[in-house]
This record gives sequence, structure tokens and C-alpha cells, in this order.
Amino acid sequence: MSRLLEALARLGRLMIGGVRHAGAMALFALDLAWVLIPTWSRPRDVAQQVYAAGVLSLVIILVAGGFVGLVLGLQGYNILSTFNASESLGVMVALSLVRELGPVVAALLFAGRAGSAITAEIALMKTTEQLAALEMMAVDPMRRVIGPRFWGALISVPLLAALFSLVGVLGGYLIGVVVLGVDAASYWGQIGEQMAAWEDVGGGALKSVAFGAVIALIAVYEGYTAEPTASGMARATTQTVVLSSLGVLGLDFVMTAFMFGA
Amino acid sequence: MIELARLRFSRGEQVIFDEVDMRFERGEVTAVLGPSGTGKTTLLRLIGGQVRPKSGVVRVDGTEVSRARRKRLYALRRRMGVLFQNGALFTDLTVGENVAFPLRAHSALDEALIRRIVLFKLEAVGLRSARDKYPAELSGGMARRAALARAMALDPEIMLYDEPFAGQDPVSMGVLLRLIRRLNDALGLTSVVVTHDVNEALSISDRVIVIAGGRVIGQGTPDEVRAQRHREPALAQFLDGAADGPLNATDSAVPLSTDLGLRFDPGVDR
Repeated sequence: MSRLLEALARLGRLMIGGVRHAGAMALFALDLAWVLIPTWSRPRDVAQQVYAAGVLSLVIILVAGGFVGLVLGLQGYNILSTFNASESLGVMVALSLVRELGPVVAALLFAGRAGSAITAEIALMKTTEQLAALEMMAVDPMRRVIGPRFWGALISVPLLAALFSLVGVLGGYLIGVVVLGVDAASYWGQIGEQMAAWEDVGGGALKSVAFGAVIALIAVYEGYTAEPTASGMARATTQTVVLSSLGVLGLDFVMTAFMFGA
Repeated sequence: MIELARLRFSRGEQVIFDEVDMRFERGEVTAVLGPSGTGKTTLLRLIGGQVRPKSGVVRVDGTEVSRARRKRLYALRRRMGVLFQNGALFTDLTVGENVAFPLRAHSALDEALIRRIVLFKLEAVGLRSARDKYPAELSGGMARRAALARAMALDPEIMLYDEPFAGQDPVSMGVLLRLIRRLNDALGLTSVVVTHDVNEALSISDRVIVIAGGRVIGQGTPDEVRAQRHREPALAQFLDGAADGPLNATDSAVPLSTDLGLRFDPGVDR
């Protein structure tokens, strides 16, 4: 009996902890919302963060996108050719990438590559009192440090997702058309015919903007609230990757259900 | 002029300040002394408005920091310079850029003028030649002086020093001591030096405040504080650096044998 109660108590503690975490993050998001527009009074700060988070993630995104496209082309060809439908390879690859894989995989890679870096950087600035120093110089760290990094991630994710999809479609072309001999005209033609600009491309873009917001918020929040110790920083960076990956996957399901569900 | 009245502050269960009164006068260097963990850094954060007291008042030049709105607070902070314990230099900026940072943030001066001011400030702390170095390339003492130059960039009226002597070799300690004194006298500042280095503090300050256990246990000129030792055993222990005394008595509240889980007290605790 007492063991059961203990388990129950632990479950309760876990849930209260989770709710408190979510509440703290919501309050933080409100604070952040106040500085989102003023952050643009220093556009160079934002540009710098787009470079650090976005441009420096290009290699991993492009390479990963290429490989995913190659695999999709190969697997798609195998399945479609059993139905004599290998001309549809292009649209299959493109739809998979634009609707799902582009936004999701790019976001997951971004969380690992750049989200963790944002968290670690902010946490170290906090640990070494650089954020406190800013405050005491009458410079709001929210506006100067957090805001630009949030924007940097928010802007980078959709652009990276688009590039991921683009490279993926080229990878599918390479394996399908160049190697396996699918007709090039039907590869591109079917994409043009069957892909809806608004529903498919727009839906994918909407997804990746939402994922960008989730990762950006989690990354800056975890850094800003990290415990100023070595293990605190380690926990914060781990937390960023874990929470934003789960957040992206969960949100993807919800958004997919709404957009492509019925 | 900084004034703290009937100040209470606690962190969780622990009471840091219990109805404390203090004054810091313009033109004077006031040292706040006390054992580690008595909330000396918290005191600076209270003066800077980064944390708010539970009750009581913190007043800086007539402005109530403890209740000031953000705009007011930020205006006040532009008149304060803070030397953080480890310098808190921005690690991805050079020394010169660090010193220029507050100038760029709060003034519309052109680059040529900013460059000159930076050179003046660095010259004052003897680091003119290090202006293109990054903080990681500096020694501890140099980093502290660079941070001092940055804190002085906007010509503050109030300087707050958080443990400026901790971890310094004797020479750089001497340099810092002289700098703190000279800056204060040349510019007529209100200087607050928080430290646990008794001799250094007594040697440069005009007034000394000793805190321990959440209250003030001695204050006045260095000579007055030395004279108060007979009235306050904790003060005497702190000034002498004695191992035994009221300051570390709290640890023996629970006998060692209890913590070890022994049934009989073998008497090792005495």
C-alpha cells in the first residue's frame, strides 16, 4: 500500500514539475514577446544570429537532405515499379519531403546542431555573469541577447527546411532518373501537376515556421534559466535537444491531423 | 549616496539580512566585510536593483531602487559601475570593444571619440597595449583591470566592487587597491567594496561595515571598527581570522555522533 502511495506521489510530483516548467516557459514567452519587435532596432544582431544558427547549419542540412532524397528515390522506385507507377516517383518524393520530412528532419537536425549551441552560449553567459553585467550596464539582456537568438532560429528553420526539401528532390532525381531510368519529364511533370502550392507547400512552410518557434523558444529559455554550474549547463543543453525534438514530433502530428487529416 | 534602511532579505528559509541599516557616503570608499556566504554579493545586487528586498528600503541618490520601475532603474544603473567578481567581460569581444560597449549602447558618440575614450580608460588601468586582446588571453589581474575600465566607461558616480581582491597575486592586488582609491578621490565617487580581505579593506577604506549572520556587527572608520572588537566576539574572531568563535558555532548544532548514526556519543565532537 505504502509503495503504491509512493509511486502515486512520485507521479504527482513529476506532473507538478512538468506543469511548473510549462508555466515558467509561458511566462518567459510573454516577456520575450515584449522584446520581439524592439529587437529589430539592431538588425545586425539578428543577421549575426541567422548566420550563426542558419548558415553554419547548411552543411548538415544539405548533406542530410541529399541522403534522404536518395533513399526516398530508391525505396519509392522499388514500391512504385511493382505497380508500374514509377513515373509518379517525382511527386512521391516531393510530397513526402515538402509535407513531412523537410520540416521535421530539418527541425530535428537544427535542434541538435544549433538549438543546443544557443542554449550553451546563453547558459555560459549567465554562468560567467555576462548577462548580469549587461543588466547592470542598463542594457536589457532579453533584448540584446535573447531576442536576436530567438529570431535567428525562427528565421533559419523554415529556410533550412526549404533547402532540405529542394536538395532531397534533387537526390530523388539523381537516383530515380539518372541511375534507375525514370523518365525525367514525368518526374518533374507530375510534381508540377499534382503538388498544390497552397496546401502542400504552404502547409509544409507553416509547419516549419511553427517548429522554428518551438525550438527557438525552448533553446533560449533553457539557456536563460540554466543553473549556473557545469552540470546545470549540461542539463540545459540536453533538455533543449530532448524537449524540442519531442515538441517538434508531437506538434507535427497535431498539425498533420488538422491540415491533411480528412 | 546610498542608503539601506530596515532591510530584510531572505533566500528560501535562510535569512540573509535581518533589519539591516547602512549608509554609503559620496566621496568615500566604504568596505563591506564579512565571512563568505553572508550575502555580500546580494547586497550589491540589492543596490543595483537586480533583486528586491522582502521589506525595507534601498535608496540611491534619493531614488528608491527597491520600488523603482524599470525605466527609472535603468536610468540609475547608467550612473553605476560594477566590477564583477570574475570580471564578466564579454568573451567574444576584445578588451577595447568591451570598454566601448557601454559607450556604444548609451551614447551617440562617433567612433573616433569612442576610440579615444577607450584609450583613456585603458590607460588609466594600465592596459592600453592589451586593447586588441580577447579576455581569454588575459591574466586574472589584467581581466579584472579591463573590467574596471569597462565599468568606468560611462563615468559613473557610484562604483560597486564585488570581491575585487579574490584570487589576485600581491602585486596586482596592490595595483587594484591603488586604483580603487585614486579613482574614488579623483572623481568624487561613492565606492562600495565588498570583500573578505580584512587587511586590504582596512588599509584603503574611509569607512568599514562588517556583517555576519544577517546583521551589522561593526561599523565606522577602520580605527573605530578595530576598537569595537571588545564588544563583539564575532567581530574579534573575523578581524583576527581565528578558527574558533561564534562565527562557526552553528555547525555543532547536531552532534557528529547523531549524523554518523551512533547510539552512544563517543565524545569526538568536543
